[in-house]
Amino acid sequence: MKDNRLIEIDKLYMYFPVTAGVLQRRVADVKAVDGVSFYIKKGETLGLVGESGCGKTTTGRCILQLYEGMKGNVFFEGVDLTKLKKEQMRRMRRNMQLIFQDPFASLDPRMTAGEIIGEPLKVHGLAKGKEYKDQVAELFRMVELEPYMADRYPHEFSGGQRQRIGIARALAVRPKFIVCDEPVSALDVSIQAQVIILLEKLRAELGLTYLFIAHDLSVVRNISDRVAVMYLGKIVEITQADEIYANPLHPYTIALLSAVPIPDPKVDRTRKRIILRGDVPSPINPPAGCRFNPRCYMATDACKEKEPELRELTPGSEHWVSCHLVK
Amino acid sequence: MTTTVKDEKVLEIKNLRTYFYTQEGELKAVDGLTYYVNKGESVGLVGESACGKSVSALSILRLIPYPPGIIVGGEIIFQGKDLLKSTEDEMRDIRGNRIAMIFQEPTTSLNPVLTVRTQISEALELHRGMDKVEALQEVVRLLKLVGIPDPERRVGEYPFQFSGGMQQRIMIAMALSCNPALLICDEPTTSVDVTVQAQLLEIIDDLRRRFGTSVIIITHNLGIVARYVDRVNVMYAGRMIETAPTEELYANPLHPYTMGLLASVPRLDSERKKSLRVIKGLPPNLARLPTGCAFHPRCDYVMQKCRDEYPPLEKVGENHYRACFEEVAKLKRPQ
Repeated sequence: MKDNRLIEIDKLYMYFPVTAGVLQRRVADVKAVDGVSFYIKKGETLGLVGESGCGKTTTGRCILQLYEGMKGNVFFEGVDLTKLKKEQMRRMRRNMQLIFQDPFASLDPRMTAGEIIGEPLKVHGLAKGKEYKDQVAELFRMVELEPYMADRYPHEFSGGQRQRIGIARALAVRPKFIVCDEPVSALDVSIQAQVIILLEKLRAELGLTYLFIAHDLSVVRNISDRVAVMYLGKIVEITQADEIYANPLHPYTIALLSAVPIPDPKVDRTRKRIILRGDVPSPINPPAGCRFNPRCYMATDACKEKEPELRELTPGSEHWVSCHLVK
Repeated sequence: MTTTVKDEKVLEIKNLRTYFYTQEGELKAVDGLTYYVNKGESVGLVGESACGKSVSALSILRLIPYPPGIIVGGEIIFQGKDLLKSTEDEMRDIRGNRIAMIFQEPTTSLNPVLTVRTQISEALELHRGMDKVEALQEVVRLLKLVGIPDPERRVGEYPFQFSGGMQQRIMIAMALSCNPALLICDEPTTSVDVTVQAQLLEIIDDLRRRFGTSVIIITHNLGIVARYVDRVNVMYAGRMIETAPTEELYANPLHPYTMGLLASVPRLDSERKKSLRVIKGLPPNLARLPTGCAFHPRCDYVMQKCRDEYPPLEKVGENHYRACFEEVAKLKRPQ
């Protein structure tokens, strides 16, 4: 395993077909993920940030092999998941789990909290009888819920508590890697902090690795070690979390950061504001050349013709940018 | 940021109470809300879900559905007249005309079977007495103002043909079409991307400065508030618990809830992984509010008095009021 890399993604593509007409012919593709490569180190949190339609959720699910029709390779501890047989992949799934955004939709309303959290233990045959009960109780405690709540149904819990149930469910199989897909976006501000702190505590205690997907840059920067910025199916910049704020290089990253207000008027006033023109284009028909060029305030002719490559700034810096104008 | 006319109040809400009568009992959505908005000023109404901010805005326009909701008391004085005593005809003249509102979900507030032109013209013809030709010109002008590209061609299109951000702009155009004295924005950016959010808020702010419109921005986003409003009202369980000019509130929050909220929000410039503080407990259940101060079960400074009585609003600084029994000097402030 190279450099302690737990996950390595190589040239990932995921297109969703658009069909039309009576015969449902494939007329176009939603190029959700369009050539994405990166790695996640063991024990780190990689933040994946971008606006709607950029492909971040799809990327997360592709890593977990949840889609058919995906192209490219995904390595987990050096093993190529795309080449595994169904049964091998099923066993592999114990190592990687998913936490969802919507604490209402992601829990089966007909199962009790205890059943939801314990289900993975049953599915993978990990525990029975008293040991099962003990493990479920332990999972409740890990997410700071009381074990006596196990007999309650999801609707009896608050949003933040439901999210904790989702986290406990993900932890049941003692995974090594968890994809957190917008885990706090649907929660109230004062509850977001509770869940963020819990996730970080669990990561440190259990030696987990996270892919933290979100659109809220402030949240992502706080919890992540490194951050990757996506735009229209591609990664435009990846670097350390402190670096992305101190030294953003891609014009989209810079614009994105300037659009996020800092809750402190004195500080916020001193910042430069870049207001982008227009909306995010559709991933069905991305612009030619650099995807960002129509909205880019630095675009040159070269940007309209040729797509830039994701290049490391200086060898070993681990700061990658995809822009013709950044040397 | 201030082009406000001090002491010229466009809106004054006094002790507003709006309750909902449901199977769970009496929900006190708004329970004694008092604040005002000056001409040309932008005021932020901040709080988490179920604090009553949206209900209070709908109350201003008397859009509370009955059943199950009723405005049970208080006064809403708009340009000198109490809206709660106005007739429905008078209210119709005010809505969309002198007070306009934009909502969180443009997809549900724009009529899907009418073209953009028709929807905006409606208000122009009704309130400004324009004929169809004049109205069309004005609609195009308004769409240009809010940054819709190629407006002459797009006026004939339907809402579904526009993106979410564009739909929000159309709503802004509609809201501003009759030069309202007051614009209420209810979570205008929650369902749009950050870069679009920035565009929309810049448009609203720019138009406010140009036309002297007063603006109320309702949001749970403390960043937006820091950047775009002159004054902040923090709400909790149906009441305002702190109010101050924006800079003052962020530099010097004096209610434990405000302090907790500000400390729990991640910032782009704060130290990573270390600096989030937590407000313990859960937001209140409006059908079963705690006695006394609604925040007391979650408060680090709780005393017996807090459980028995509701603290009144008291002055703690220039234009800075809060509702709390704990002495300012005893509040532990972060560095």
